[in-house]
Amino acid sequence: MASNPSLNDTKLGGSSINVQVRVIYALLVRELLTRYGRNNVGFVWLILEPMLFTLTITAIWTATQSIHGSDLPIVAFAVTGYSAMMMWRNMPGRCIGALTSNKPLLFHRQVRPLDVYVARNFLEFIGSSVAFIFLITAFWSVDWMKLPEDALQVLGGWLMLAWFGMGLALLLGAISERSELVEKLWSPMSYLLFPFSGAAFIADSLPERVREVLLYLPMLNCVEFIREGYFGSMMKAHYDMAYVAIFNLCLTFVALVLVRGLNVEADYE
Amino acid sequence: MIRLTGITKQYATKGGMREILKGIDLTIKPGDHVGILGRNGAGKSTLVRVIGGAEPPSSGTVERSMSVSWPLAFTGGFHSRLTGIDNLRFICRIYGVNFDERLAFVKDFSELGSYLYEPVGVYSSGMRARLAFAISMTIDFDCYLIDEVMAVGDDSFRERCKVELFEKRKEKAMLIVSHSHRYLKGTCNRFLLFRDGAITEYEDFEEVYAEYKLLLEEPQKF
Repeated sequence: MASNPSLNDTKLGGSSINVQVRVIYALLVRELLTRYGRNNVGFVWLILEPMLFTLTITAIWTATQSIHGSDLPIVAFAVTGYSAMMMWRNMPGRCIGALTSNKPLLFHRQVRPLDVYVARNFLEFIGSSVAFIFLITAFWSVDWMKLPEDALQVLGGWLMLAWFGMGLALLLGAISERSELVEKLWSPMSYLLFPFSGAAFIADSLPERVREVLLYLPMLNCVEFIREGYFGSMMKAHYDMAYVAIFNLCLTFVALVLVRGLNVEADYE
Repeated sequence: MIRLTGITKQYATKGGMREILKGIDLTIKPGDHVGILGRNGAGKSTLVRVIGGAEPPSSGTVERSMSVSWPLAFTGGFHSRLTGIDNLRFICRIYGVNFDERLAFVKDFSELGSYLYEPVGVYSSGMRARLAFAISMTIDFDCYLIDEVMAVGDDSFRERCKVELFEKRKEKAMLIVSHSHRYLKGTCNRFLLFRDGAITEYEDFEEVYAEYKLLLEEPQKF
């Protein structure tokens, strides 16, 4: 019988940032494996999932020549709008009730609720981003869409949107452990928000008063900012990124307080 | 050393707040083997969770200067879609230990053979217990939490668990929750009896067991 290996490499302590990075990485891999399976094509779903959605919407809009209130190229319009929506919508979707299924892991003291949320959000962020980049590249290679005019602005808007999505996900995730209502209400809520989030229109096409109200939605600001970066001079964008930053900051703060306050009991099975 | 001071724990239930732990003070020193007895629902497992840090107490403090294990042979952390190997890899990652060395030990100790490469979902409960115990033994802790574990597995496996735990690791601190007379008697040198959310400590097993028997004769009330 092999003896138990020398155990002096146990780094149970370590600096807390090291421990946290290790835990999040482990959760990330675990999540990846459980969601997409062991076989090699499994990981492709991470990109394929959001891509299929975007493709379908693009196809429908192209076929019906949908009015989106501008003369922007439709493929690029769909890709920017829908990829963005997928991200802020899926992050909360992944975090709501996430703790319930991961409760037993809390028996490992270094695994905290925040780690579970961060791992899931990060995975969602990577999936959406890779899908976004892949779609642009694919459509660009067959000349269906052009590359962004200002890639850096697109990136900036994307990151701000990801921040918003993550804050929202943490908030809803933490509340969902306290009340089951969140799980039931989020799906209809996200459908209601979808038409207003800028996926299917640009703010400039709205009556001024409606626009002013809708611009309280951070995701609309982000999408406008992303689209301005993408189309540049072809559109007149409306946004206030300082507002988004302040909104995100407050959202994240409240969400972190709620996550910190989670009083979950690790359960045996 | 682990020191609990004034630990209380309440849960919200439909009938109002229930107090499970009512002011527990307890110190566990290196090498202590503490047996815990009490009726179902008395708060034994809650105490284990608080000591392990899986759950914060409602009030009071827990100081730990020893590393504390997760409850031994605990299978809940396994994901049924992951293979035995994947689950081991996860544990190694979060504890920051070398995987390859651990793998050799787990293979050898669990005797699960090619099943290690199958999803845990297809394991029998005995096989899960084997995997769980083997994985528990791969991380070196100062204090082991043992919650009704030895009931699992066949005799030969139980015997090997005993050797691994009580012979090779007898200098470690242990906290053992069990209803088994035989199991507690031989291994523990301190005994705690749970009663109405409070603990009484005994040094002599026969004494605590007599009290425990008396307690069992009272009608159970929740």
